[in-house]
Amino acid sequence: MVKIGVLALQGAVQEHVKSLKAPEAEIVIVKRVDQLDDLDGLVFPGGESTTMRRLVDKYDFFEPLQKFAQAKKPIFGTCAGLILMANHIVHETTGHLQMVNMDVERNAFGRQRESFETRLSVKGVGEDVEAVFIRAPLIRNVGEDVDVLATYDGEIVAACQGHLLACSFHPELTDDTRFHQYFVQMVRESKETADDTLAVT
Amino acid sequence: MADRGTDRVKRGMAEMQKGGVIMDVVNAEQAKIAEEAGAVAVMALERVPADIRAAGGVARMADPTIVEEVMNAVSIPVMAKARIGHIVEAKVLESLGVDYIDESEVLTPADEVYHLDKSEYTVPFVCGARDLGEAMRRVGEGASMLRTKGEPGTGNIVEAVRHMRMVQSELKKISGMSKDELMTEAKNLGAPYELLLDIKETGKLPVVNFAAGGIATPSDASLMMQLGADGVFVGSGIFKSDHPDKFARAIVEATTHYQDYDLIGRLSRGLGTAMQGIEISNLDPSERMQDRGW
Repeated sequence: MVKIGVLALQGAVQEHVKSLKAPEAEIVIVKRVDQLDDLDGLVFPGGESTTMRRLVDKYDFFEPLQKFAQAKKPIFGTCAGLILMANHIVHETTGHLQMVNMDVERNAFGRQRESFETRLSVKGVGEDVEAVFIRAPLIRNVGEDVDVLATYDGEIVAACQGHLLACSFHPELTDDTRFHQYFVQMVRESKETADDTLAVT
Repeated sequence: MADRGTDRVKRGMAEMQKGGVIMDVVNAEQAKIAEEAGAVAVMALERVPADIRAAGGVARMADPTIVEEVMNAVSIPVMAKARIGHIVEAKVLESLGVDYIDESEVLTPADEVYHLDKSEYTVPFVCGARDLGEAMRRVGEGASMLRTKGEPGTGNIVEAVRHMRMVQSELKKISGMSKDELMTEAKNLGAPYELLLDIKETGKLPVVNFAAGGIATPSDASLMMQLGADGVFVGSGIFKSDHPDKFARAIVEATTHYQDYDLIGRLSRGLGTAMQGIEISNLDPSERMQDRGW
């Protein structure tokens, strides 16, 4: 049994809960810091990154979230969630939670009228993955330790750094649950490894 | 292949606003205060509804200079209002690049019979509704987001409560109906049959539904969330209060943690005076904005 949380400060939370549903997986909505303790994995949903950051600070989530990542527990961020995870944001002085070695540009495609949907090949996840881009960010650069999972028009739109997974689009807005199920599997494997380590020590 | 302006892209944009507060602003300075306070979007206007009410006369789309000023000032989405049925105002706002258009009863209607065919646009639309029939007529025309009409610019929550309760109770009724009852219900509500069928199958509205029209305090925002709103619009409630910055922050927090009454109690302390309210029964029928639209 694994327990996966969806950070519910603002944004499309229920859609993630629906897409994460899997056998032997409990999905919980996270509004308070103390809920992080017994989670095996966490999702940062899409929404408005500036709003989420303000609420992260207001409710003292900042350090606990960084510690969650340092504890090697898997995190999956979509759109605004990806922005929260990036080390650096183009045109801004500092990143938010600074977990993933990547430079991200907000609203990289333009305004809402430029938002679109398409199908992408995502490494490890599958072909023809439905991808809805809404005022989406782009990953402009990644460090050597970051694996590029998908590109659109030559630009990086999904990446993975060890246990940290991020994409610019919204798999949660579609009925295609492959990306979320890929993450659930990451959480399962991470928990098994952690349990093994615990057994050895 | 990239498809723009699809239902998923337009409705998805509203999904990302859930649990958030959208604030009316009239200039760049107010837009920045709203963004700093944690608004998920701003509505760029020439006047907030309370001032539109006070000024009287015909209320129209804002001067594009104001809309552009707000768009340049913040990185969160910017919405703007067009008059009901005013095809050209809506097209102008779309070409300006606003992220959402509100076909709004706060402005003076341009067409007494027809709302816009919102499916024709790449930009998504939000529309007001007092009941499920009105809500589904707007979705049928292509609205990607709904809100209660409430009674804008009054600082009085009673109408928004009425409209939210009405939509929620009709929603429950439809969910519990058998399929053979739906066509008659569609006729009674004046709602497209296919949309009612969709509600019966999913148990929820096909688009996000926010509360609007009379929210003036953190408790008002929390109340609307408890009644089933996905988020709230605050029009005059922020910049007509004594301390806009404090009110804005408190309303954002009360919307996120709408069931945390200790927190809402703390948020409500020392906020200063909320906007001056108006008793609905004192409004002349011609001043009732919610009766505009059909």
